[in-house]
Amino acid sequence: MAPLLEVRDLVKHFPLDGGMLTRLLPGRPGRVVHAVDGVSFVVEPGETLGLVGESGCGKTTTSRLILRAIEPTAGRIFFEAQEITGLSPAELLPFRRKAQIVFQDPYTSLNPRMTVERIVGEPILVHRLVASGELRARVRTLLEMVGLQSEHAARYPHELSGGQRQRVGIARALGLGPRLIVADEAVSALDVSVRSQILNLMTALRERLHLSYLFVSHDLSVIRFVSHRVAVMYLGRLAEVAPADELFKRPLHPYTQALMAAIPTIGDGRASIFDQPERLLEGELPNPIDLPRGCRFAGRCPFRFDRCAEAEPELKEVETGHTVACYLYE
Amino acid sequence: MTEDQSDVILEVRNLVVEFSSEDGPLRAVDGVSFAVRRGEIVGLVGESGAGKTLTSEAMLRLVRCPPGRISGEVRFRGQNLLALDEPALAGIRGKEIAMIFQNPGASLNPVFRVGDQLLEAMRLHLREPARSLRERVGEILGRVGIPSAATRARDYPHQFSGGMAQRVMIGIGISCVPSLLIADEPTTALDVTIQAQVLALLRSLARELGVAVLLVSHDLGIISQMCHRVLVMYAGRIVEEADVATIFRAPAHPYTRGLIDCLPRMDGSARLGTIAGVMPGLRSLPSGCPFHPRCPLAEPRCAEEAPKLRSAGDHHSAACLLVGT
Repeated sequence: MAPLLEVRDLVKHFPLDGGMLTRLLPGRPGRVVHAVDGVSFVVEPGETLGLVGESGCGKTTTSRLILRAIEPTAGRIFFEAQEITGLSPAELLPFRRKAQIVFQDPYTSLNPRMTVERIVGEPILVHRLVASGELRARVRTLLEMVGLQSEHAARYPHELSGGQRQRVGIARALGLGPRLIVADEAVSALDVSVRSQILNLMTALRERLHLSYLFVSHDLSVIRFVSHRVAVMYLGRLAEVAPADELFKRPLHPYTQALMAAIPTIGDGRASIFDQPERLLEGELPNPIDLPRGCRFAGRCPFRFDRCAEAEPELKEVETGHTVACYLYE
Repeated sequence: MTEDQSDVILEVRNLVVEFSSEDGPLRAVDGVSFAVRRGEIVGLVGESGAGKTLTSEAMLRLVRCPPGRISGEVRFRGQNLLALDEPALAGIRGKEIAMIFQNPGASLNPVFRVGDQLLEAMRLHLREPARSLRERVGEILGRVGIPSAATRARDYPHQFSGGMAQRVMIGIGISCVPSLLIADEPTTALDVTIQAQVLALLRSLARELGVAVLLVSHDLGIISQMCHRVLVMYAGRIVEEADVATIFRAPAHPYTRGLIDCLPRMDGSARLGTIAGVMPGLRSLPSGCPFHPRCPLAEPRCAEEAPKLRSAGDHHSAACLLVGT
């Protein structure tokens, strides 16, 4: 079966110094932010791919690119075996129905002047999916699906709690009958007790509606819970891709290992990970404008050797389904 | 408790913070009592709106009154901070008790050099010649892990990353060698690898300088890895208190248990525990135990009687009617 989504060598560079003067001055090459720098992956039907990384690694840019909310600098995106890069807005309409997004902040991603009914109903109307007489019933069904009652339909976002708002965001995404939902930090703004409700809901919906998720998060424990496979991103590139169980049992890339070592999990109260600074990663993310030559992680990597400074390592399959971009495994 | 009473540096008794409103007074912190001992790291954990930040701010009278009203006792080295006059309190804030906030970018003044801000904190409190203090600036910045500290002292806050800015804040915090450091979500704005560096620094400084830390956090993982003792807050009250090993191994309060079950496990179990509903707002606090509408074990009496903290074992207490019965 063809993958639901396939991304090949996706690149997004944001130009800096974009002012009039620099464009007129000859001989000054424009500098760019290498937000996404050659990313390839697939999402299978019914699968959740977790995309994890720290701020500035390009995970949000990747999710926007996939939805064609922004245009890639280079690379190709296929959805249900059809290339969607290069399609006109009109040609994109069927894709827009099938690929939806749930945003991080349920406070700013819902229009405060609309009732829940309108928020959830509007995309359905725009795409003319039901007759206007049936809209109300359709919205009620959607609200029930995400665990809200029909009485919530008449409310405004400010009358709802954060968790309820995120349920509205999910209902809005589900309204068009999508096959892929991009969840960009969809639970990061929520408190733990509410977060677990939403995570359980999203997992149940995936099974019931046979959805695929691209689940973008900085939180490894959330990624571990929702994902079938996980892609670890660092500074615009994928460092490692593997089935979730495999990745958490045997992380190969030094960055993945460091990331896992840095998560404070509930321990036995005796030894603290923070008392072992030698296990923690040194330094900070390099500047995505002037990238170092070779492997982008080399500057912080405890295992670097000569070759790391020469050229950028490519993702290579080390075991079935487990790929890593690191010279240690070549 | 008696054997280490002499080590207690801070004791909070029945702290109450209220705000006047059209609907009458709203009680955001409701009778909080706890103690912090020398060199100890105490965690104050809870979800948003539990009253953690307000508790820590009220201890130093950083809550604007009115509309706020603070009552109770905050005993620090024999003095009640809530009864001190403003100059006396100013001599304690930043010197004996220092505070680090969540957003380091907003805590530093953008128009002054970082080194000067550190110097200002010391000049305010330490009677030493300016020259010797100036020398100490580089030393402190180096100690909190800022590379080429002497040069960086001349930089402005915007030239620092979030992690580095928080190191500066920690540097300012420890510059007068306080005996208590209040850290309110100090790493919530930081990435996980940077968070780990900053927390490792905080832990090592606490040990080396013998500074006690009150760590306010919503993150149970951080609390587990950082603290010796833990206070769990819910709807303005402390609902459970125990040492760190006990609270995660044998939580006594249904809320604490629920919170721990809500966390995704790294072993990848299939379904998460949940707590139904959300924390009540101050205008709609339920009668009796504030947790009872969400509690899976609630009995009819839970709606009537507000539970006080009661013993649930050695150095372990919980505010639940079902504990110890």
